[in-house]
Amino acid sequence: MTSLSLPPGERRIKLACRDLWKIYGVPPREAAQIARTGDRAALQRERYGRKPLAAVAGASFDIHEAEIFVLMGLSGSGKSTLLRCLTRLIEPSGGSVTLDGENLLAADRRRMTELRRKAMGMVFQNFGLLPHLTVLDNVAFPLRVQGIDRPTREARARDMTGLVGLRGREDQFPAQLSGGQQQRVGIARSLAAEPEIWFLDEPFSALDPLIRRQMQDEFIRLQKMLRKTIVFVTHDVQEAFRLADRIAIMRDGAVVQIGTPAEIALVPANDYIAEFLRDVPLLRVIRAADVMRPATDGKPALPQFSTEDVLEDILPVLLGGAAAVGICDAAGTLVGEIAAADISGLFGTQRAMPA
Amino acid sequence: MKPASLSFSASAILGMVAMPALMLACLAAARAVPAIAAFPAGWVIPVPAAINTVLGWLVPALQPVTGLASKVFGTLLDALIVTLQFLPWPAVVLAVALVGFKAGGARLAALVLAAGAYIVLAGFWRQSMVTLSLVLLSVPLSALLGFLLGLGAFFLPRLRRGLELVFDFMQTFPAFAYLLPLLLLFGFGPIAGLVATAIYAIPPMARCTLSGLVEVPRERIEVAEMSGCSTWQRLVWVELPSARPMLALGLNQTTMAALSMVITASIVGGVDDIGWAVLSGLRQADLGKSLLAGLVIVLVSVVIDRITAGLFRPRSAVGSGKNRPRWQPILLAAAAVISLGLAARLAAPDLLQGWNETRGIVDLGMLNKALLGFVARYSDLLDAIKNAVLFYLVLPLRVGLAGAVLPMTWGFSMTPAVTAVYAALALLLALRQMAKGRPSGAAAILCLAALLHTGFVAFPWPAALALAVWAAWRAAGPRLALFTGLSLAFVLITGLWIPFVKSLYLVIVAVALCALLGGFFGVLAARSDRFSALLRPINDALQTMPQFVFLIPALMFFKVGEFAGLIAIALYAVVPAIRYTETGLRNVPPSLLETARQLGCTPVQSTLLVQVPTARPALLLGLNQVVMAAITMLPIAATVGTSELGQQIYIALGKADAGLGITAGLVFCLLAINLDRILRGVAGRLHSAQ
Repeated sequence: MTSLSLPPGERRIKLACRDLWKIYGVPPREAAQIARTGDRAALQRERYGRKPLAAVAGASFDIHEAEIFVLMGLSGSGKSTLLRCLTRLIEPSGGSVTLDGENLLAADRRRMTELRRKAMGMVFQNFGLLPHLTVLDNVAFPLRVQGIDRPTREARARDMTGLVGLRGREDQFPAQLSGGQQQRVGIARSLAAEPEIWFLDEPFSALDPLIRRQMQDEFIRLQKMLRKTIVFVTHDVQEAFRLADRIAIMRDGAVVQIGTPAEIALVPANDYIAEFLRDVPLLRVIRAADVMRPATDGKPALPQFSTEDVLEDILPVLLGGAAAVGICDAAGTLVGEIAAADISGLFGTQRAMPA
Repeated sequence: MKPASLSFSASAILGMVAMPALMLACLAAARAVPAIAAFPAGWVIPVPAAINTVLGWLVPALQPVTGLASKVFGTLLDALIVTLQFLPWPAVVLAVALVGFKAGGARLAALVLAAGAYIVLAGFWRQSMVTLSLVLLSVPLSALLGFLLGLGAFFLPRLRRGLELVFDFMQTFPAFAYLLPLLLLFGFGPIAGLVATAIYAIPPMARCTLSGLVEVPRERIEVAEMSGCSTWQRLVWVELPSARPMLALGLNQTTMAALSMVITASIVGGVDDIGWAVLSGLRQADLGKSLLAGLVIVLVSVVIDRITAGLFRPRSAVGSGKNRPRWQPILLAAAAVISLGLAARLAAPDLLQGWNETRGIVDLGMLNKALLGFVARYSDLLDAIKNAVLFYLVLPLRVGLAGAVLPMTWGFSMTPAVTAVYAALALLLALRQMAKGRPSGAAAILCLAALLHTGFVAFPWPAALALAVWAAWRAAGPRLALFTGLSLAFVLITGLWIPFVKSLYLVIVAVALCALLGGFFGVLAARSDRFSALLRPINDALQTMPQFVFLIPALMFFKVGEFAGLIAIALYAVVPAIRYTETGLRNVPPSLLETARQLGCTPVQSTLLVQVPTARPALLLGLNQVVMAAITMLPIAATVGTSELGQQIYIALGKADAGLGITAGLVFCLLAINLDRILRGVAGRLHSAQ
């Protein structure tokens, strides 16, 4: 049943949404009507002195098991609203959300509560810690809500606190912790109930750049261990490209491109996205597998790299005078090669992009 | 910059001229048509009689229930009073000091001890215990009801608007106005006062509960949702704990309101509490006694305020959690002290009885003599102040410049020539507003000029009505304009127009005094940290004092009359003026002040040209607070002889005319609520404009 050994894009679908809409500024029934018909003209008509606002406009995508799916966009692009529509913290105006094949929008309150208790965990931008509870009680909070007895939930909370590196601070209050530490508590809490799917809403945006970097490393470490299905919202391009298996870029409520970081970096769907990419270190995003040509037989003497290696590792060798490098898959079989021209061609197209 | 020609377009000129023209037309018509000059008596509907009829039917129907409640609470109250008076005072003071230590450390404990010592030495121990019993009984009741109301409003958003209005009425409705029906319902005695106290003290708790719950950060609600909380779990584990600071504030405010109203309600009599001591002192011209008793009230209120504010400070804040003593030992110690006192009292009844009965050691005769001597010595100065305010502020507003400007006081009279100059000045100011592109500003100046010339009392009612509705419309739109129109119509048909107008100008005079003095002190405090620190404890004390206390100095210095009432009102209402001015000015961003300095502003320029305009919304809100405080104080000031709505209420109380009292009370509330909405509307517009 497990599909975890496959690459992310081929694994079982965990969470999916189709034609998801959230429209503000009109009564729910009309919003549903607009969502059903996709009538963009209706969005331009002023109602009660203001225009309706489509915070999410027809978003569709699949999120696979144990995949890190990043929703990226500028502030106001609707990414946080979209995330909340997936969890029904915000009621979508129309469309569908399915979790393991179950239609979430049809779930009643009781079922939704159950799903949130067992299957979902969420990390918030401003941590969302309860100031009157200690670190331990904050982490144990989701378990307390489920009615789990104190010794059990505290033991579990202690484990989680240790997992995020806060051992010894269990009895402190949130106000006594630094921002990074507070978010560690938020992470521990979101994982306490062992959710299958993990929502992170700009988790590191409120932190200083240095701490943010540390927390990203921590996040990568945790995910290697836990293998959760993750929806990660951020406005930080570098963060998105650093963490994502796949990225969905949003603009004005709509998803404008979905793909792996390399796919987006190599073929940006439009100028808007190309503009974003100026800040992305392409050499660290594009991997050998993304740009290699099929191997010409019989050149085993080449310096060899893995398909997962990024161009940043390969480039020095090519600059050092090697005509080409060989690329091997995980089993060690030669599957392709990259020559210096392949890479320089790549950048030619990048920079030729009109601003 | 708009070209000048645009400012004088046809529509702008119409905007400027329409309202003043209406005013002038009314004024002219008033000479010919008496129905315009004064509201015809024949149009008055006997609202008070109707209310009395309803009450006559309602009171007997409710009496079985209220009678029972009265018995239950009466028994409770008696038990509480007897217990507190039975305990020897050192035990009570020590127990309270222990709680004070828990709430505010050694300083507060010392304050409690000092206050206790003063109360005993001044000879008001028994009375203080009665007041304390009343507070102890009314606060839990009001707090619980307020909490439940706030909770209800939180869960039923549809009710919120309506409840807010009800709360406004509860807080502005003068207690004197509903004391009478309460007396009918609950019988003569302290219970009616207790109910009045609850009515007045519930809204702060309810408001704080509601706003605390509404303002819980959205993220915490989402945390609760994502953790799968039920509604109940969310309320108890997330929302209420988050609202804790607001709940604590509500409890504190409710306690202070209860204390204030307990004192005020003593006017009914029936209990020998500290408020009664003040009042009887005032009535017997025994000013020394009122002063001593008033000081007791001040001390009690400061102690209660500090204790309730300190007890519920959030403990999760850094540092403060550690050095705070725990509850358990404090309570144990307090219980031990009380038991010890009880045992001692039982062992040596006579000795300790004597302690509690200690008469004051202060010689009242001496004190009275000293006070009277002081007043006599400075009577010239006091009279000069009084006359200045009367001739230059009160009279012009009441009878207009036309009536008030006399050669004796002003040095000239309103001859046609002077009137022409006055009109020309007003026109000039109006034209200046026009040039700035503000036709309604110009219209307002012209209207106010007409009002000032005629005076409040003689101003024809249709003109006043039009002016008020227009102001409400400009401030907050058609809804408020409608409300204002209906309110004034109610005032007119009840026949209370003249008392209403007199109240209005009294409020305006008081507010003007407060704004001048408070603004001055506020500016000083904003510029000097030392002055601010000096002023703060005084402000604190003034703000925690029950309204009644303010009558004492007013009466001492200015004898019975309108002016004493005015001074009492101004004393009570000046604090918000100082506070809001100071915080408003201090909240102006430092970068802005730096810019001003860099541009070469002198300190005075910087204050007038940068700070004051930037702080305008805060200043307006402060003005609103001043107005509200002045209105709340008005009916209490009426007891020292003002001739307006408050006096009507007071008369109604004396004549046992519940209907008249309630009608006047309603008019009062309408005055307060309308002024509040208009000022808030203006503040809101300024705020969004910035």
